[in-house]
Amino acid sequence: MRKKICAAALWCAVFAVGFGLLNALFIPKYMSEIPEGALIAEYYKEEAGHDVVFIGDCEVYENFSPDVLWREYGIPSYIRGSAQQLIWQSYYLMEETLKYETPKVMVFNVLSMKYGEPQSEAYNRLNLDGMRLSPQKLAAVRASMTEEESLLSYLFPLLRYHSRWNELGGEDVKYLFRRDMVSDSGYLMNVQVRPAEDVPQGRPLADYSFDPVCWDYLDKMADLCQEHGVQLVLVKAPSLYPYWYGQWEEQIEDYAARRGLEYLNFLELTQEAGLDFSADTYDNGLHLNLYGAEKLSRWFGAWLSEHCPVEDRRGQQPFEDIWSEKSAAYAARKARLEAEWNAREGA
Amino acid sequence: MSFASTQFLAFFAALFLLYYAIPRRHQWKLLLAGSLFFYWFAGWWCLIYIGVTTVTTYLAGRKIAALAASQEEWLKAHRDELSKEERKARKAKDKSVRFRWMLGCLLVNFGILAVVKYANFVLGNVSALTVFFGGQPIPSLSLVLPMGISFYTFQAMGYLIDVYWGKCRAERNLGRFALFVTFFPQLIQGPISRFGELSRTLCGEHPWDSRQIAMGAERVLWGLAKKLIVADRLAIPLRALVSDPERYTGVYVLAVVFLYAVQLYADFTGGIDITIGAAQMLGVKVTENFQRPFFSKSAAEYWRRWHITMGTWFRDYLFYPMSVSRPILKLHQKCRNRFGRFGKHVGVHTCSIILWFVTGLWHGASWNFIVWGLLNGMVIIVSQELEPLYARFHARFPSLKGSRGWDLVQVARTFWLMGIIRVLDVYRDVPLTFRQLGTVFTALRPQTLWDGSFLELGIGAGDWLVAAAGAGAMLVCSLLGRREPVRVRLTRDHPQLAWGGCVLLALLTLVFGVYGIGFDATQFIYNQF
Repeated sequence: MRKKICAAALWCAVFAVGFGLLNALFIPKYMSEIPEGALIAEYYKEEAGHDVVFIGDCEVYENFSPDVLWREYGIPSYIRGSAQQLIWQSYYLMEETLKYETPKVMVFNVLSMKYGEPQSEAYNRLNLDGMRLSPQKLAAVRASMTEEESLLSYLFPLLRYHSRWNELGGEDVKYLFRRDMVSDSGYLMNVQVRPAEDVPQGRPLADYSFDPVCWDYLDKMADLCQEHGVQLVLVKAPSLYPYWYGQWEEQIEDYAARRGLEYLNFLELTQEAGLDFSADTYDNGLHLNLYGAEKLSRWFGAWLSEHCPVEDRRGQQPFEDIWSEKSAAYAARKARLEAEWNAREGA
Repeated sequence: MSFASTQFLAFFAALFLLYYAIPRRHQWKLLLAGSLFFYWFAGWWCLIYIGVTTVTTYLAGRKIAALAASQEEWLKAHRDELSKEERKARKAKDKSVRFRWMLGCLLVNFGILAVVKYANFVLGNVSALTVFFGGQPIPSLSLVLPMGISFYTFQAMGYLIDVYWGKCRAERNLGRFALFVTFFPQLIQGPISRFGELSRTLCGEHPWDSRQIAMGAERVLWGLAKKLIVADRLAIPLRALVSDPERYTGVYVLAVVFLYAVQLYADFTGGIDITIGAAQMLGVKVTENFQRPFFSKSAAEYWRRWHITMGTWFRDYLFYPMSVSRPILKLHQKCRNRFGRFGKHVGVHTCSIILWFVTGLWHGASWNFIVWGLLNGMVIIVSQELEPLYARFHARFPSLKGSRGWDLVQVARTFWLMGIIRVLDVYRDVPLTFRQLGTVFTALRPQTLWDGSFLELGIGAGDWLVAAAGAGAMLVCSLLGRREPVRVRLTRDHPQLAWGGCVLLALLTLVFGVYGIGFDATQFIYNQF
């Protein structure tokens, strides 16, 4: 009998190992394509805390450069951004972040207030697959799932990605147990230049009010930050579209005033920041390129130093060592991407 | 709740653990509660239908049994007072009272089945006729078919007839009888069990039996693999092929015949494997429903090996009683007197035609199924009538009979013949099916098989290879399992190899199974019946 139980346990273990390996093999690695998918997981490799943490969608991970904040103001920061991050995903990421560290400032980009319900499975995956298993992840998954999704497939990605069996490649094997860094402290660098021309105006909407669910989560964010003694700063990044309506702006302004929060709409601060949409965007005004992000970060760093309880940590250990290494990687990536872009443009 | 869903696996796992944790005398009660929950999951209103069938059949069965007992007692008590003729007359009278109870119950339950399953079919045909003669169309009724109604109705009615015939005792406990009707593993797609067989283990006490549980789990896994790797994968090109019949003619129709045979086999036997395996894990023995049907050498043999419990149900409760009924005996007599030896089969063939008409109708409320049933009946009748010709042929070529080559010819002939008739299941209507089959002769275009056209049917070369490998594995297991299923032999002789095989099969099913987002996994085909 004992022999039988041992054999059963052994084979169950073989199954568990095989299943674990298959999960690791089949989950998309996001190394050479759609690097946005790798952003969320990179946070767990961070070695030291941050004074400022950005939370939000592509308008944060494309528009702010933590390297500039460090080099010019000594502010250690990180961007927990991901593609089309919905507000409840932002909230649970914020909650999870607070488990690991207590920054001085949390910056939240308010564009996601426009989405009151789950949008697409593909974006959910980019946002949630990278999260470590935690109550926050489970809550984020439950809040985000579209009708066709299942919680189980977030716990065991093989159940979702098994259909990739005929497209597995060298990358899936190479990155079975490790990943390269695709971002610089959550910033996804892009050096291309595509000027913004003929930016479309927003079409009138039947109803400009944000969904009550979004307000609930914004309230929860404000409460959470208050509870942890973190200053919450609301921002609207200077992306020319999706169009940011005046009626939306009014609602956010009112809310910020009511809760005593700082709110910065960078669409109204482009001149102060020195942004030039003929040179500082890589996709016709949707997102800033590296040069635009550096300009915006320079301005925002000054604002943070002036209005928030952040200090200049340059020269402090372990920040100095960590960030000098990060800056070197940032510079190397910048040089590589510029060389690639120049070569492409030259050709 | 499909068998191939995480909901079912979670439900079954919870039930299974609880089943062996509670005192054994309560196990059947838990099974009943689980079965009712399973059925409730398909819609609470379904419980009303199955409840009516359960209660009416239980009451009628009890009444018939009680009548039989009291009538027998009365006869025993008055044996000496009655003459032989009087006893005979009394017995006949008593029987007719019991018959009326049975008939009433049959009418109620087959009536429910007829209304929910066939009312719109009848209305549709009447409406078409009315319109043809210039009248107004008749609107159809809004009826939803309760899950597994054909299966549980036939199972319950089989029990009632057995009680009437005195073949089985009437169950005293309503709960136990309700479990017989609602037993969840076989509720979706059968098999159609007999009370006498199923009740032996259904309500008994089942101690933990590692071997039986392991064997059952292996069978569930094998069923899931067949369903998810082969059946659901082949369903994708099949759907493409039949949804655009004008485009997919000629050799594509032959592909439909072949692919649908493999797909349906994998789907249906996969479902039955899950049913029998799940029941085995609970200590319940469910009747086998397949016996390697694609190795049959004739249509009649095929139907003895495919969906066995349905075939035997129709044989025992329809064909045999009909064959000895007064009108058929009269017809037999008349035809034999009039046409001599040519007329002696008219009675039995009439029964066959009626049997296959009803079998077709049982499968679905459409002319496709009726024609399908009649064609099956005709093939079997023609085969029987051609028996003397076959005998002459074999007398002329004696070496053929029993040779492997001739066996193969017969197997292939039966496979394709049954396959051709079976495509009536998949095409929209009867004329279209025959038109499509006609294009095999008028526009075959065999080059389509190798010019890459089959890679544009919704699955790529890799998927075709996986489906072929899965079907190949099924074939090899069938070939090796002539005397005993491969997994039974492996578990007994090489238990470690069996464990390894199960782990491998589970992982292969997880990887190559067609499930989740991106796939529109089909329900088990036989759910609809």
